[in-house]
Amino acid sequence: MNIVVCVKYVPDSTADRQFESDNTVDRVGVDGLLSELDEYAVEQALQLKEKNEGSTVTALCVGPEKAVDAVRKALQMGADQGILVSDEAIAGSDYVATSLVLAKAVEKAGAENKVDLVMCGMASTDASGSVVPAMLAERLDLPQVTFASVVETQGDQVRIKRDSDTATEVIGATMPLVMSVTDQTGEARYPSFKGIMAAKKKPLETWSLSDIGVDASEVGLSVAWTEVTETTARPPRTAGEIVKDEDGSGATALTEFLVSKKFI
Amino acid sequence: MSEVLVVVDHVDGAIRKPTFELLTLARRLGEASAVFFGSSDKGAEVAQKLGQHGAEKVYVVDDTEIKGYLVAPKAEALAQLVEKTSPAGVLFVSGYEGKEVAARLAIKTGSGLITDAVDIEDGGVVTQAAFAGNYTVKGKVTQGVPLITVKPNSAPVEEVGAAGTVEEFAATISDSAKKAQIVAQQPRKASGRPELTEAAIVVSGGRGTGGNFEPIEGLADALGAAVGASRAAVDSGWMPHTFQVGQTGKVVSPQLYVANGISGAIQHRAGMQTSKTIVAVNKDEEAPIFELVDFGVVGDLHSVLPAATEEINKRKG
Ligand SMILES: Cc1cc2nc3c(=O)[nH]c(=O)nc-3n(C[C@H](O)[C@H](O)[C@H](O)COP(=O)(O)OP(=O)(O)OC[C@H]3O[C@@H](n4cnc5c(N)ncnc54)[C@H](O)[C@@H]3O)c2cc1C
Ligand SMILES: Nc1ncnc2c1ncn2[C@@H]1O[C@H](COP(=O)(O)O)[C@@H](O)[C@H]1O
Repeated sequence: MNIVVCVKYVPDSTADRQFESDNTVDRVGVDGLLSELDEYAVEQALQLKEKNEGSTVTALCVGPEKAVDAVRKALQMGADQGILVSDEAIAGSDYVATSLVLAKAVEKAGAENKVDLVMCGMASTDASGSVVPAMLAERLDLPQVTFASVVETQGDQVRIKRDSDTATEVIGATMPLVMSVTDQTGEARYPSFKGIMAAKKKPLETWSLSDIGVDASEVGLSVAWTEVTETTARPPRTAGEIVKDEDGSGATALTEFLVSKKFI
Repeated sequence: MSEVLVVVDHVDGAIRKPTFELLTLARRLGEASAVFFGSSDKGAEVAQKLGQHGAEKVYVVDDTEIKGYLVAPKAEALAQLVEKTSPAGVLFVSGYEGKEVAARLAIKTGSGLITDAVDIEDGGVVTQAAFAGNYTVKGKVTQGVPLITVKPNSAPVEEVGAAGTVEEFAATISDSAKKAQIVAQQPRKASGRPELTEAAIVVSGGRGTGGNFEPIEGLADALGAAVGASRAAVDSGWMPHTFQVGQTGKVVSPQLYVANGISGAIQHRAGMQTSKTIVAVNKDEEAPIFELVDFGVVGDLHSVLPAATEEINKRKG
């Protein structure tokens, strides 16, 4: 099974994330890492590899040079090889352009050996759009089985469980396909010492736009199909009133507050 | 005035509240039309309700060839409808399905997509909350037909009495759109409480409940609220995942959010920080959740909540 897992390099969500003066996400000033939701995608890709002898897992990332850290982490977890698509022209790309670059890179990665499965996280922790996997499926003309909480495969047959808004569903499809997985699929492994050492010897390529046959005029901030006109830090919430509960006083104070705000 | 399409979110013809909110927003951009994927028999009844809330036209797309498959056929049908109507925009409810139909439609129609809007102004300026609600972002779609997914509770529901004229739309669905099949479907059981994403009030419990959600449910019922949970409570098996609030659960922005025995981790905040009023009960005065609150009680939820519930029920008489 030839698996490509899409991993994004994102600003650490526990750090002070911010925007640049051109309203793009600051991907350089803030420490970045492999989006933690993509660790679940790497984990599921590795489990499928373990179940299907002769499989390869390729970690694919579109991002700035520093984003190689995300690919490296995937290699340390156990992916076999890594690809970073990096090009100055890509900076500021929106979902549409990002999905174009990813799709072209998947095609190149599968030029000799067809890609059976494109694995994604359920959302990136910075944009949290949850749309890139569906866009990839559309561009590659593949079925999508997305937001999987449980993954089952038998040969090229795939079944996933998906908790949609109003129902729990089982979705079935045949590979090749695009899959995205949620954190409900189960803990992602930590890189072992051995894994960290082994990762240093694994193939890791950097591709530019010309390598994947995308023209610089098709991507980047200036051609984005959406424009961010304004980013403002939310004013810190004004310090609220905090009371200590003593002998039931907390319940009364809480009730009074709710009454004063007309919730009761 | 151009049409603005609103994709109707419903279960077997029962329209969910966020659809009506979308109609309110659509009317700021043009003339609202609704798109109903469902059985043609329900068309007239559904159209009447959509008309009441501002839909001039209701496109009824029979879903016999659509409902058994995941998102791709809907995107295909919408692309055909967009082609026919050249709308000034298409609005979706932000949820798994709305986002993914919009994503595929964006590629098909060469249109920009903005997700998780919390407001849309005249002229199509869209407001979003970014970085777990720490930033407010404004933007616009600059190419193609603006495609916007909108979070529930982002606009008022308005009754305006528009025509709601039914127009059947026959879509052609390709075989390649039918490759991801819905093999089984189990509708969520009604809890008797409001739906989490739609509710005006949400009362949530975390690890601090110790697995006893009775105080949470008691307060929720006194306030007519939905019940939510942190991931810690879900991972412990105390509540099903569909109740989870946060980055990997539901994103809610009710009028009032009451967090009980929840520390306030960034991933939890991502799901509730845009709530209008935030209240917390936590026995640790250092808990980060208190940085967000309008009102907080430092105390044991197992005594504070039942007592508050009793007082509230008394006041309501
Ligand atoms: C990829 C990823 C995704 C995640 N997604 C989500 C998500 O969607 N939603 C989410 O919630 N979390 C999510 N998390 C987990 C998140 O990081 C926290 O671990 C989680 O929110 C903690 O839940 P909690 O606040 O209930 O538990 P804790 O952090 O353990 O806090 C429990 C709180 O209860 C208080 N307490 C204890 N006893 C009492 C009592 N008797 N009365 C009052 N207070 C009491 C304690 O003082 C403490 O503050 C995610 C994590 C990761 C890595
Ligand atoms: N720049 C990127 N590089 C690699 N994978 C990405 C990138 N952007 C998005 N993805 C993949 O698409 C998923 C959803 O991203 P998003 O639609 O941005 O929320 C992520 O979890 C990744 O698997």
